Amino acid sequence: MRPKVEVRSLNAWFKANHALRNVSLTVPANTVLAIIGPSGCGKTTFVRCLNRMHELVPGACQSGNVLVDGQDLHARRVDPVNLRRRVGMVFQRANPFPTMTIFDNVVAGLKLNGVRGDYPALVEKSLRQAALWDEVKDRLRQSAVSLSGGQQQRLCIARALAVDPEVLLMDEPASALDPIATARIEELIRQLRESLTIVIVTHNMQQAARVSDSTAFFYMGELIEHGPTEQIFTNPRESRTEDYVTGKFG
Amino acid sequence: MNSLMARRAVNWIMTGLCGLALAIALLPLVSLLWLVISRGLAGLSWSFFTALPAPVGETGGGVGNAIAGTLYIVGIACLIGVPFGVGAGVYLAERGDTRLGDGIRFIAEVLSGVPSIVVGIVAYGLVVIPMRRFSALAGGVALAVLMVPTLARSTEELIRLVPHELREASLALGVPQWRTSLRVVLRTALGGIMTAILLTVARAAGETAPLLFTSLNNQYWNWRADQPTASLTVQIYNYAVSPYAEWHDRAWTSALILLLLVGSLALAGRLLSRRRVR
Repeated sequence: MRPKVEVRSLNAWFKANHALRNVSLTVPANTVLAIIGPSGCGKTTFVRCLNRMHELVPGACQSGNVLVDGQDLHARRVDPVNLRRRVGMVFQRANPFPTMTIFDNVVAGLKLNGVRGDYPALVEKSLRQAALWDEVKDRLRQSAVSLSGGQQQRLCIARALAVDPEVLLMDEPASALDPIATARIEELIRQLRESLTIVIVTHNMQQAARVSDSTAFFYMGELIEHGPTEQIFTNPRESRTEDYVTGKFG
Repeated sequence: MNSLMARRAVNWIMTGLCGLALAIALLPLVSLLWLVISRGLAGLSWSFFTALPAPVGETGGGVGNAIAGTLYIVGIACLIGVPFGVGAGVYLAERGDTRLGDGIRFIAEVLSGVPSIVVGIVAYGLVVIPMRRFSALAGGVALAVLMVPTLARSTEELIRLVPHELREASLALGVPQWRTSLRVVLRTALGGIMTAILLTVARAAGETAPLLFTSLNNQYWNWRADQPTASLTVQIYNYAVSPYAEWHDRAWTSALILLLLVGSLALAGRLLSRRRVR
C-alpha cells in the first residue's frame, strides 16, 4: 500500500525541551494508526507536527520531514493554512464555537474562509458521518453549547469532516466521554476509515486495540515500536512495549 | 470549648466591623443620590426634557438641547474612540507579547491616569485652535482620547479570556490567523466588549472638564459638528455657578437627568454582561 503519511527522522522541541526524538514511521492510506504511551511522551506533539500546528506554539521548532502523499509539508510552496484543510484535527476537549449555532459550527471551516456551497446538504452529510444527525436535525439553529459533551465532540468531528480532509488527526477524542459516547466515536472511526486516513492518540489500550490497524508506542519522546496492532498487543518485540501494554508501568 | 467560644466571638466582632465599614462607605453614595433626587425631582417635567433653556426670570424651559448635545458628542467620541480602542486591544492581545506591546500597555496606563482637564487642553490645542472655533467635534475628540486607553486595556483582557482551544479549532480548520482573530476570537469576546464600551461611554458622558473649552456650550439646538454644542455636564456647571436660585434648581434637575442617563448606560452594560454569563 502506498503511504499516505510518511515521517522521516522527525525531531521537535519546545525551547530547550526535546519533545520528539528521531521518529520515523509511515501510515498507509485508509488505515488507522493508534499512538499510545504514557503522559508527556510526545504523542500530542507528534500529531501536531502532522498538520503544522506544532509551530504555532511560541518557542517550538522541529527538524526532519513529514510527507503527505509524497509532498513535504515544509516545502516552501506548502501553505500551512491550506495544509490544515487537507489534514483535519479533532482535539481532546470538545471545542465548538460557542457563539455559533450547530449548523454554523459544521460549516465554520467553509464560512470563515468565505467558501460558498450547498451548506444544508453539507451539514446533513457531515452530521450523518459523525453519527449526530438524528439527534440534532430538529435543532440545527440552537447554540452548539446546548449539546452534551459527547454530542459536542461529535459536532467537532463533523466540523472537521465538512472541509473534506484526507487525513484526520484525533488527539484523545474520547478521553472526556462516557462509555456510550466513546463506543459511538469508535464505531465512527471504523466507518471513516473507508474514506480517509486516521491518526488517533489514545490513553486507552483497549480502544487502540479495537479501532486501529497499526499501533505506535512512544516513550520519552522516542518511538519505541511501531507495528500491526495485533502484534503490538500480543507479541511485542520490545520489552518496554510489553510492560506498557500489560500495565506494568505508565 | 473555650477556644471555640473565643473564635465565635472574634467572628462576630469582625463581621460586625465589616458591616460597619460597608455602612460608612455607602453613606456618601446614598446621601448623594438622596440629595440629587430630592432637590431635582421638583423641576422634572416633560418639557424639561424637550425645551430649550429659558432666560433668567422666565419660568419653564428645559435642557433638551443639552441632552441631545451630550448624546451627540458622546456619539462622535464613540465613532473615533471605539475603533481605535478595540483595535489596539486586539493588537495587544494577539501580538502584544513584545517590547512594543509592553510600551503600548505602559502608555495606555499613563494615559488613563491623565487628569481629564489636561485631555481637554490637548483637544483645545489640536482641534479648537486650528478650526478657530469651539465645536462638538473637539468635545468628541477629547472624550475619545479619554476612552481609548481604558477600552484598549479591557478589550485586551476580554480577548485573553477567550479559550485557547477555540483559536486552535479555527486554525486547525485551515482558517488564516487574521480571520481567526477577527471572526472567532473577537466574535467570542464581543459580548464582553459591548459591556466595556457601554461602561466607558457612561464614564465619558459624565465628564465636564474636557468639554469646558472644547464643545463649550450652546443655548440652541445644534446638529453641526463644527459648532459649539450644549452638554448636560457643562450646562449643570453653568447653572450651578450662576447667582440665580431658579438656575440652581435647574442644575439639580439636570444633574438628576445626567444621573439617570449614566445610570441606565451602566445598567445596560451590566445586564448585557449578565445575559452573556447566563
